[in-house]
Amino acid sequence: MPLVNGGKIADDSFVKLAVDTPLPEGGDILVPAERFLGEADALLERAGKVGVIWPNNRDIAELVPYLGKVAVVALVFPTFRDGRAYSQARLLRERYNYRGELRATGQVLRDQFVFMLRAGFDSFEVKKQADAEAFMQTAKRYSVFYQPTGDGRITALHRRMQLRHSEGVGT
Amino acid sequence: MYAYDEIDRTLVNERVSEFRDQVKRRLSGELTEDEFKILRLQNGVYLQLHAYMFRVAIPYGTLATNQLRALAHVARKYDRGYGHFTTRQNIQFNWIKLAELPDALEDLAKVGIHAMQTSGNNMRNVTSDQWAGVAPGEIEDPRIWSELIRQHTTLHPEFSFLPRKFKIAITASDHDRAAIKIHDIGLRLIKNEKGETGFEVLVGGGLGRTPFIAKTIKHFVHGRDILSYIEAILRVYNQYGRRDNIYKARIKILVHELGIEKFSREVEEEWQHIRNSSLQIDDEVIEDIRSRFTYPSYEKLPLMPDELRQAAADPDFEAWRKNSVAPHKVQGYSIVTISLKPIGAPPGDATAEQMDALADLADKYSFGEIRVGHEQNLALPHVAKRDLPALWKALDKLGLATPNVNLITDIIACPGLDYCSLANARSIPIAQELTRRFANHELANLIGRLHINISGCINACGHHHVGHIGILGVEKNGEEVYQITIGGRADENATLGTLIGPGVKFDEVADVIEDVVEAYLALRERPEELFMDTVKRLGVEPFKERVYATR
Repeated sequence: MPLVNGGKIADDSFVKLAVDTPLPEGGDILVPAERFLGEADALLERAGKVGVIWPNNRDIAELVPYLGKVAVVALVFPTFRDGRAYSQARLLRERYNYRGELRATGQVLRDQFVFMLRAGFDSFEVKKQADAEAFMQTAKRYSVFYQPTGDGRITALHRRMQLRHSEGVGT
Repeated sequence: MYAYDEIDRTLVNERVSEFRDQVKRRLSGELTEDEFKILRLQNGVYLQLHAYMFRVAIPYGTLATNQLRALAHVARKYDRGYGHFTTRQNIQFNWIKLAELPDALEDLAKVGIHAMQTSGNNMRNVTSDQWAGVAPGEIEDPRIWSELIRQHTTLHPEFSFLPRKFKIAITASDHDRAAIKIHDIGLRLIKNEKGETGFEVLVGGGLGRTPFIAKTIKHFVHGRDILSYIEAILRVYNQYGRRDNIYKARIKILVHELGIEKFSREVEEEWQHIRNSSLQIDDEVIEDIRSRFTYPSYEKLPLMPDELRQAAADPDFEAWRKNSVAPHKVQGYSIVTISLKPIGAPPGDATAEQMDALADLADKYSFGEIRVGHEQNLALPHVAKRDLPALWKALDKLGLATPNVNLITDIIACPGLDYCSLANARSIPIAQELTRRFANHELANLIGRLHINISGCINACGHHHVGHIGILGVEKNGEEVYQITIGGRADENATLGTLIGPGVKFDEVADVIEDVVEAYLALRERPEELFMDTVKRLGVEPFKERVYATR
């Protein structure tokens, strides 16, 4: 499954651990939330980066004490129809000021890229190769956005205000 | 009328090209039907019994004449020459070909019409009072706020994959024509003691398998905070709404399971985090939206023009005027409701020719504006009283002057088993038969205000729970069976109807309704006592006795 990071297909340095997989000595690991919370100190002490896979039905606030220490938060779309992780992503970015990698996992398809980018995701485990290849093109599909989110894109309402004021200055 | 600017147009065009790409990928097999299904639903495309059905948004029920002509064009070019207006102020076309849909959308986009979020588990078309901006006594035009919310909810990055569909309706009048209490969020525009605009916010209304009347969650939310408050409700719903069972996924179930107090605490807590954010609406932004709604330059006209006085001699004109013409906030003008319920025809249908002709009439007599109401009728919102006789003649020629607005033949009905893949029973033929039984205008007038609502399955698209008489078609042992309720209503006193007895067969429905009406005529205290009031005074028992005594 290709990983898109920084807008391009990239290598994934992280290895996903199950709840009971023995801990590898080195290397970057992605750990399920339950295991992460249980062994956080030990995990964070070892060499290699640590990321956490956070299920979409668990309160993201529980992760807040660790946000400065994890390298990746991976949120989950069990199917693309289940939109809970969009709320978690916005909370992480906009309320808890998480600045690390925010990864979309699960059924990640092309037609959700724009929504995901707007919610704060910056890396994507894309289900289909063709979708991953079309990432940059798809991300540019829209130039107008009605809602303010943490991605900083200017909203239609505010763009109108700017236009109105610049017209005022010009005339 | 709200005029799209370049920004709105760009977004709609970008959506059309996105959908064109999605259709292309579906046709090439790159997208599976399972993946495509959700994408097409988010753009108003259902797969029905015979073909794809295409639902086009008419935000808050306001249409310009060039838009109505574009809908006529779509009906003619891509469908079978007619469209069906729905209970959520939208229009549906029933025979669209998938490969042609992007072209139809592109044609509509040219006049600022789209089909975004007319289905799917996202925020649906924002609906409002079809008399918005012209109703006497209205606090202010709710469409300004409807448009703000329309924009905010369009392609929302957080709430496009909710547990279930989500509908918002707004009213600014005491008499609720927008049925806000049967919506996921109902907004009643009010002023606080300082004269500032805000909303009473209701939540958790909805029909379907488990109907609920919405409950007030907050008595006053300031206008500038309305987007953040709605966002808080949605964020709670998105995270905690049930996703394990489609029949328990609407917000009404979450509100019911948590209780309104706990639910409102959750929302309040979330709201406190986000209310002082960029979601707060500046006055300047509101004024900008307001400035893009244009209002007619009304003339100073007499209360009673000569034309109207002369036409009063014609009983047919008078019957129509008394039935279909309502007071306007400006002297000398009227609001004219156009019944799409001619005797013997499917409720809410209009042909391409009718739509084109109506657009011409609206240009001539209504400052180029048409409205769509949730009762599946249309309205011309600014007709000078002196033009009423001429308008009536023209409407009558088009078959659009049936004087039955709010009467027993003004039936709300879903498409039912004739079109819909979810339906268990037919709705349209029941409606058609009932309009024939009560075709006599004197009889219908004698009965007075009486709304019959028909749904062909438990999903309740025909709003049967809130019909004064509700008819629900179900399937029992391979047969269509209809359950009859009475006493429901969808207005400010919204109530769910009560079942009056065992289900009846298709052929017997019209007889039973006739019996219900006969019972009412016998039971009412005086001619002015409306059906609803008699049911309220006596309860359902006397109706039950009379209707089922001989069955």
